[in-house]
Amino acid sequence: MDNNSEFAETSKPQDKDILAEIDAVDELPTAPPKRRIKLSWVGKVSVAIVVFWLVICLIGPTIAPFHEMDIDGDDGFMGYHTNEYGTFYLGTDYLGRDTLSRIIYGARNTIGISLASTLLAYLMGITLGILAAVKGGWIDMGISRVNDAILSLPTIMLGLIAIAWLGSSIPVLVGTASIIYASSVFRIARALGQDIMVQDFVEAAKARGEGSWWVIRSEVLPNAAMPLATDFGLRLVFVVLFISSLSFLGLGVQPPAADWGSMVRENLQGLPYGSYAAIWPALAIAMFTIPINLIVDDLSAKAGGSLASKMV
Amino acid sequence: MIFPQKLAVVLHLRWYKTMQREKLVEVKDLKIHAKNDDGDIIPIVKGVSFDIHKGEVVALIGESGSGKTTISLAALSYTKPGLFFAGGELLIDGEDMLQAEPLRTREIRGAKVAYLAQSAAATFNPAITIGEQVTESAVLHGILSQSEANKRATELYHALELPDPDRIGFRYPHQVSGGQLQRLMAAMALCGKPDLMVLDEPTTALDVTTQIEVLKAFKKVIQDENSAAIYVTHDLAVVAQIADYIIVLYGGEVMEQGTAAEIINNPSHVYTQRLMAAVRPKPQAGLGSSVADEHEREIPAVKATDITAGYGGIIDGEPKIPILRDINVSVKNGHVVGVIGESGCGKSTLARVMAGLLPQSRGTIELDNEELEGDLRNRNLEQLQKIQFVFQMADTALNPKQVIGDIIGRPLEFYHGLKGNARHAKVVEILEMVELPAEFASRYPMELSGGQKQRINMARSLAANPEVMLCDEVTSALDSIVGANVIKLLTTLRDKTGVSFVFISHDLSTVASFADEIVVLYAGRVVEQGPTDDVLTPPYHPYTRLLISSVPELRIGWLEDTMQKREMAVGIAKDVEITSVGCPFFNRCPMGIEGTCEKQTPPVHKTDTDHQIACHRSIEELNMVEFEVQEALEHKKADEAIV
Repeated sequence: MDNNSEFAETSKPQDKDILAEIDAVDELPTAPPKRRIKLSWVGKVSVAIVVFWLVICLIGPTIAPFHEMDIDGDDGFMGYHTNEYGTFYLGTDYLGRDTLSRIIYGARNTIGISLASTLLAYLMGITLGILAAVKGGWIDMGISRVNDAILSLPTIMLGLIAIAWLGSSIPVLVGTASIIYASSVFRIARALGQDIMVQDFVEAAKARGEGSWWVIRSEVLPNAAMPLATDFGLRLVFVVLFISSLSFLGLGVQPPAADWGSMVRENLQGLPYGSYAAIWPALAIAMFTIPINLIVDDLSAKAGGSLASKMV
Repeated sequence: MIFPQKLAVVLHLRWYKTMQREKLVEVKDLKIHAKNDDGDIIPIVKGVSFDIHKGEVVALIGESGSGKTTISLAALSYTKPGLFFAGGELLIDGEDMLQAEPLRTREIRGAKVAYLAQSAAATFNPAITIGEQVTESAVLHGILSQSEANKRATELYHALELPDPDRIGFRYPHQVSGGQLQRLMAAMALCGKPDLMVLDEPTTALDVTTQIEVLKAFKKVIQDENSAAIYVTHDLAVVAQIADYIIVLYGGEVMEQGTAAEIINNPSHVYTQRLMAAVRPKPQAGLGSSVADEHEREIPAVKATDITAGYGGIIDGEPKIPILRDINVSVKNGHVVGVIGESGCGKSTLARVMAGLLPQSRGTIELDNEELEGDLRNRNLEQLQKIQFVFQMADTALNPKQVIGDIIGRPLEFYHGLKGNARHAKVVEILEMVELPAEFASRYPMELSGGQKQRINMARSLAANPEVMLCDEVTSALDSIVGANVIKLLTTLRDKTGVSFVFISHDLSTVASFADEIVVLYAGRVVEQGPTDDVLTPPYHPYTRLLISSVPELRIGWLEDTMQKREMAVGIAKDVEITSVGCPFFNRCPMGIEGTCEKQTPPVHKTDTDHQIACHRSIEELNMVEFEVQEALEHKKADEAIV
């Protein structure tokens, strides 16, 4: 007994500290620092490259040494040379036009069209996808089956048919690409939406009597935003490649307007003669799409497990 | 009765045996640290030392964040991502686990040290038969050949008292019950004859009746196999049944350690005493709060009459998968009605029907004597506002992208049209009601602790100014001390606001400490209901009796004592059968009448205090204490034999 009481006495001061600590736990925990998205150096370089291309899109025509349609070179498929009109840093294409200028002009078409198509695809895909997820039942069934039908057709074939039917113009290209890509955005948005719809906080909103619009705007969209943004980067790349492959087939941006995909096709014949005219636009495509992918990777890695697990 | 002298002898023997045993694990000044994104080092385990002898069960006990799981995983030479061993030693047979090479850890895990996770359902692969999974690690490590392993597994199935032990190995995980799967996980761990088992909260997620079945099997098999084990839990009452040695942890430090008897009977540290105080008392009469008379009115706030509900569409007025059958429950104004039953009995479904989230297929719901539409979309704003649902998991019930101010503010805006400063003032007022500071309004749910989130979850429902709050297992996911605080808060709220509560829980003690009335559900039917004190005193429905005696007591030897009882022998380790005729409890009932109970719907006995029991047995029979029942039954049998 004596031993016990002694022990109790000696251990008392320390015990009090611990009890105070336990009580403190129930109080305000220190707030974690505001989450800022920090990019790795790879991410920073990638952002710089993408910004560079966007600037080129904006001010391209003013800085390009030649006009995209001027045939000023000494000959087709020439390397670096200078003549009375100026210097051809990346040489000339099959008609003797300056490759560098055509890449700078082409940035507008390639990036502009793909950005517009992706945005439009997102608008359609998210609206319909979230609507299908929230409403369910026949609406979901109807939209999903139409979407399945679109998905079942090869994208290039679908593009070919649309262009053969409506002719090749920039609005048709944008429209076709956006409808084709809206179908995959729809599937992601619907899956994400369905995931969020079964969460308790959505059920709580429903139990409160909230309408569909409020549920979509305040409960579903904010939680779907980050995964969708990550997907946006990837989708943009796909659209760039799609537009480029259509142009490669001769169905995209029509000559003489410059576009990276069609530039590759036009100048392919130069490869056997040692011309780099087809390589430069291909590199440009890579230089735009790879950094976007790297940014997406970086962002999803930084956003941590929850996003990464949603993407899988 | 425990005789002190006898106990002393037993304890001495235990202690003596411990001294004689060979030391298996030696933990010396174990330190585990975490590194966060900014490169700061945070100590998680701050120098813990203890030993484990062969055949000894050591319990690590503490609340979440105490480092108990982290320590137990170190025995497998494993840390969770972001953590690392910072110092000390963890020797198993003299080999330091903290220094083990990756190749060596492969040999250790599963063979030398086996791990039992909390959720068996998540551990088993649904596409592979149980037998293959149980024997896998033993065969993989080359300890046993496949045929030897199969034989060993079958022995373990027998030892764990699994049904149909010779063939259970051929089944798939979904074909056995949750409690059976939990026991099969023990078989999986033991198959390779490991030196040490690590059990991480293996009974925490289970119902009391299932918990007791699993505990009993674990205890038996650990004794039979004479294997050592680390048992991680936050439940002292469970530890008292199974552990030889207890280590109380808080914040990565040992608060107190000693033999189970020392800690349980004579806790010297204040923290241990605090933990013991938070152990829920045995459910009994007199614990329930008295009714706040001023709020009482004649009209029940919510009344459910003859409710039948279920899932999977309705065919001929009957749901395809019926969950609830002919439920009659009424919640008086200002009262707390506790709904209790095992998982799958339809507790949550009842609340969902009341809230209009699941329209009933038959029956009516009344609010203040006014019939409500089954589907909440057809209810008006006032009706919606008066019934509020509090979801079980605060983690998922709060939108992670909204700040607390918006979460609580939305019902104010939605039901009461409050905006701007008026809304903010009210949000602060409600935060005060749930005992949280006003700064919380600008925080995100992610930045709050579990208990705080649960308070916000309730605050959101309170903001609607409801008449009835439906609380679905609001304390189940919380630590005992935090959960007790939440109950305290609920009591205060009830007294202050006069809100009626429907309080759903699988934990009888929690319900007993808070409810004025108790409804006992079994397989979708009300078997007993009435004022708390009446439900918790005889006459009991046999199921209520089983539930009450399954609640673990903070006493060494309780498990053995309880297993002697008759209702345990009959009622434990049986599946719940949902039947359309007769009494669903028949197959687990110690006093069932063959030929009657399984064929006819039991009559409802009523007493003058609104206490109702649905049973074929008479009140007198239900009133008898256990051994009398047994005697009476034997007499009856004898009589029948004569006839």
